[in-house]
Amino acid sequence: MPSTPIHDPSAPPVPGAATEIRTTTCYMCACRCGIRVHLRDGQVRYIDGNPDHPLNKGVICAKGSAGIMKQYSPARLTLPLRRKPGSERGAGEFEEITWDEAFATLESRLRHLRATDPKKFALFTGRDQMQALTGLFARQFGTPNYAAHGGFCSVNMAAGMIYTIGGSFWEFGGPDLERARVFVMIGTAEDHHSNPMKVALSKFKRAGGRFIAINPIRTGYAAIADQWIPIRPGSDGALLLALIHELIRLDLVDHEFLARYTNASQLVNLDSESDDYGLMLRNPQGDVVNPLRPHNFFWWDQATNAPVSDHAEGASPALTGRFTMPDGTPAAPAFELLKARVADCTPEWASAITGISADTIRSLAHELGTAARDQKISLPIAWTDSWGKRHESVTGSPVAFHAMRGLAAHSNGFQTIRALAILMSLLGTIDRPGGFRHKSPYPKAVPPNARPPKGPDAVKPDTPLNGAPLGWPEGPDDLFVDAAGEPVRIDKGFSWEHPLSAHGLMHNVITNAWRGDPYPIDTLMLFMANMAWNSTMNTSEVRKMLCDRTVTGEYKIPFLVVCDAFHSETTAYADLLLPDTTYLERHDCMSLLDRPISEFDGPVDSVRIPVLPPTGQCKPFQEVLVELASRLGFPVFVNPDGSRKYRDYPDFVVRYETAPGSGIGFLSGWRGENGDKALRGEPNPRQWDMYAQNNCVFHYRLPVEHQYMRNWNQGYLDWAQSAGLRRDRDPIVIHVYSEFLQRFRLAAQGRHLGKQPPERLRERVERFFDPLPFFYEPLEWQATDTDSFPLHAVTQRPMAMYHSWDSQNAWLRQIHTYNFLYVNTRTALDAGIGDGAWMWVESRWGKVRCLCRHSEAVEPGTVWTWNAIGKQRGAWSLDADANESQQGFLLNHLIREELPDGEAGGRISNSDPITGQAGWYDVRVRIRPAEAGEPAESWPQFDAMKPVSGMPAKAPRRQGWMAGLMKVIR
Amino acid sequence: MTQLALVIDLNVCVGCHACVTSCKQWNTSGSAGPLTDDNPYGADPIGSFFNRVQTFEVGEYPATQTVHFPKSCLHCEDPPCVPVCPTGASYKRKEDGIVLVDYDKCIGCKYCSWACPYGAREIDEARQVMTKCTLCVDRITDTSLPEAERKPACVMACPTNARLFGDVHDPKSEVSQAIRERDGYELMPEWGTRPANRYLPRRQAD
Repeated sequence: MPSTPIHDPSAPPVPGAATEIRTTTCYMCACRCGIRVHLRDGQVRYIDGNPDHPLNKGVICAKGSAGIMKQYSPARLTLPLRRKPGSERGAGEFEEITWDEAFATLESRLRHLRATDPKKFALFTGRDQMQALTGLFARQFGTPNYAAHGGFCSVNMAAGMIYTIGGSFWEFGGPDLERARVFVMIGTAEDHHSNPMKVALSKFKRAGGRFIAINPIRTGYAAIADQWIPIRPGSDGALLLALIHELIRLDLVDHEFLARYTNASQLVNLDSESDDYGLMLRNPQGDVVNPLRPHNFFWWDQATNAPVSDHAEGASPALTGRFTMPDGTPAAPAFELLKARVADCTPEWASAITGISADTIRSLAHELGTAARDQKISLPIAWTDSWGKRHESVTGSPVAFHAMRGLAAHSNGFQTIRALAILMSLLGTIDRPGGFRHKSPYPKAVPPNARPPKGPDAVKPDTPLNGAPLGWPEGPDDLFVDAAGEPVRIDKGFSWEHPLSAHGLMHNVITNAWRGDPYPIDTLMLFMANMAWNSTMNTSEVRKMLCDRTVTGEYKIPFLVVCDAFHSETTAYADLLLPDTTYLERHDCMSLLDRPISEFDGPVDSVRIPVLPPTGQCKPFQEVLVELASRLGFPVFVNPDGSRKYRDYPDFVVRYETAPGSGIGFLSGWRGENGDKALRGEPNPRQWDMYAQNNCVFHYRLPVEHQYMRNWNQGYLDWAQSAGLRRDRDPIVIHVYSEFLQRFRLAAQGRHLGKQPPERLRERVERFFDPLPFFYEPLEWQATDTDSFPLHAVTQRPMAMYHSWDSQNAWLRQIHTYNFLYVNTRTALDAGIGDGAWMWVESRWGKVRCLCRHSEAVEPGTVWTWNAIGKQRGAWSLDADANESQQGFLLNHLIREELPDGEAGGRISNSDPITGQAGWYDVRVRIRPAEAGEPAESWPQFDAMKPVSGMPAKAPRRQGWMAGLMKVIR
Repeated sequence: MTQLALVIDLNVCVGCHACVTSCKQWNTSGSAGPLTDDNPYGADPIGSFFNRVQTFEVGEYPATQTVHFPKSCLHCEDPPCVPVCPTGASYKRKEDGIVLVDYDKCIGCKYCSWACPYGAREIDEARQVMTKCTLCVDRITDTSLPEAERKPACVMACPTNARLFGDVHDPKSEVSQAIRERDGYELMPEWGTRPANRYLPRRQAD
């Protein structure tokens, strides 16, 4: 019955409301898209992608679109709190205090620690993105005990690639999908650069590109792959070595690229009696180029059949062969040694390990190699390389990769990722069109020039550290160990247990501190790190450690400070709980000194500018650090007369320089008195205004002749040095063969005059510090009866909750309210477990009861779940009977932060022996159905958390968000 | 005669749910809102969403396909939800073919949700009216928005550009071209609803 509608579908629902649009940067995950926040009468009406922002160009994901429910979540902490005197840690009983009291408490305690034993203060941060500031704070305090979450997450991806090609994925580099023809995504569920990946991948597919996904599981991106290659977790190294074997066998490697731009042709010392065995031969007549990292190597010239300086004009360097130097030293090019290494890595060998058929492996190698060889791209861009040769064009091999945690989160991940980076180099795809391209500040030297301190003497009362707390060791003497070779850091980073632990080991901090090994600490400060729940292994035990006391009754970790925006599981353990703001309430920067949002074509940094005032008493954590640093009188934060230098964080961002007069600060745009300098220039007091007027982003475009081949592009290298992105301007030759690893091996063999590993670690260091990649089974498998625990267990983050905790978000939690354990249908039926039935999954270390979901999209030997969906009862402002706690579960209970080591009851971190990367996906499990009569809830369960002051006592039963009309916490 | 619709490209949808929450946030504070959430922080939360994505598996391992399938009201040319409505609240606009609910006439009897074969209609528990995708009629008719932004919220948000918007009766439109060139298909054509929204199927690269 047609008649005129009464309700007008276009009428404004709140007529006369004041509307406003402000730009800022999202922080729902680590992508950092540019957003526009639409306000109606001061409340958030809508958040959309900023069409003028280079990173996301107007798109926005599920999380960014749900920011409203994060901002107004009843789980917000809004008052500084102190644990009620006499109450137990973990009971969640707090009393309100003022910020003045909070600062006074912290100032007094930290001042004492700084004056007596600075390493008793430990600062660890979780999913944050402001490591330039937190790292500076730790360094100025003088404590070595600082890291963010990298060691816990994917440091292998950083280290494995940076020690090879001088760059890595995330926001530091990625696949050039605009020009690639074949794209392989391996071990990836999601990644920091998530919206740009989506934009690029769909364009790639529409242009007819072929997308191959290698993953035990087919979800997310893999759903739209042209080919899904299921693989067993932890076996990727075998696949990659077999692909290298095939490419070499079929001679589908890029000879020219390898010879000139990698160390494949450099001659390696093969005199097994020599203390320099396995290191590169050095040419005393050769050009050192950079005394801080000498480049005087040898090539073997095929034309004259004699050794010459590397890159000698007119030389024809051998990639294969075994030679004798004039002084009788046996030598071979590095590539020859790689070839020998992979000689037995046949597709058949890899098939048995990976579960992938030998034919598929052969076929994949052939496809990648021929695409690289036959579909070459040539861009008419002239450039000059570091050895003075002018090239009239830039060549590309259109084969691109992306990889992430599926490769990294294993104790064999470093060598696996070295194999990937070498494969990418063999195909000639580094910093070339259609391949892998760096993003500023990368490429950096192999490895970058920051080094950790060298020994306990670096830690002095009332003195900043003489080096960065984290860095990149080049050899044994760079380790942060004492005279006995034992660790100085609380997480044992940069020790012989895991020398190249560039991102620290967050997963061992609490256990080590509790045990007092290597020493007890006093204060542990955690920022945005849920280390009493999903950001920890061995969750139940770690929670007990936080409450454990010494014989005298004091807590073993005496003082725990937790800073967070929301009521996470960890907040219950705080002695001091500090409420952080949300991203819409703060200034922040995505800095070149830390994790910017650069494009392939040049550096990009960005800011957050508050859209809303802070809620309640929330204070941005950056302001807390600036305040503490000023009160404690850190040199960088005070004037020569000792008075406070910076008014607040925004003032610090504008006026701080890395060294007096360096002209390099946290933000690179609109520097200089007149705001007309980029990257380097005097502080500009109006810098924040300039960002605010420019979509909160600064994009510097490199001239096209500096956009490719940047490892060896002298014009680019000169510019990068002058802009302060690098210390030096020498070429960054790819390390197919890693001398640095060999140095550690030689030390383990007693063939090095400096620092030596403790006896108990010699064999381990010797074994794993191999200058060429090799496959070994993860360490956990060697400590487990894999017949009893035949399955692998892994986790992923779903796209709608990637890199964040989102169960306090009313909209996002309706997408992922609880998690199942996904089991291949056949595997589940063989174990007698029905679809939707309760089941047990057990490892050697623990067990969990959960719900089973049958799946055909997972290889039969793997079970998996979405990580961090399971919550403790009552956490995150959820009801005690919310699904997150009743059906949701954590796999973390099955995983230990330590493995048994040796016969005598020793322990060692459950990590990669090279980098300390947490071996999350090494765990082996078995499954069985739950018994009839068991409660229909997940296990283990924990007591319900109570809301704390500053949160509403009860979250609403019903809510319909209509901006402008809502009652919100002020 | 204009028929506005969405064309959803299953070949590039990665199931990120951007369309789900961008729709929710636009519409809850818009003329179609508020969109109620019941038990938003409790057990079994359930709220009104106009657009949902279902992910399902097809086939047997290892030849499994995983499909991400967004679905919202398909703005049928012969919508079964319209004739069954006892109050005339459910109507299809002549000027652009958008099917809407007149909240001031709707009595929440749910008859339309029985008639719709696609499950596109949900009752809003607080307001006791039926709700569904409006093709963001309040955005597409809002001349204060830049022309490039007069599109549904989900189309603006989608990071893979899997959602195309336009007039499927105009042979030159982007959506008509996509349907022709990529074999766009109707969902459950056997119901005779002639859905205006179409889906572009998966295809292999050579």
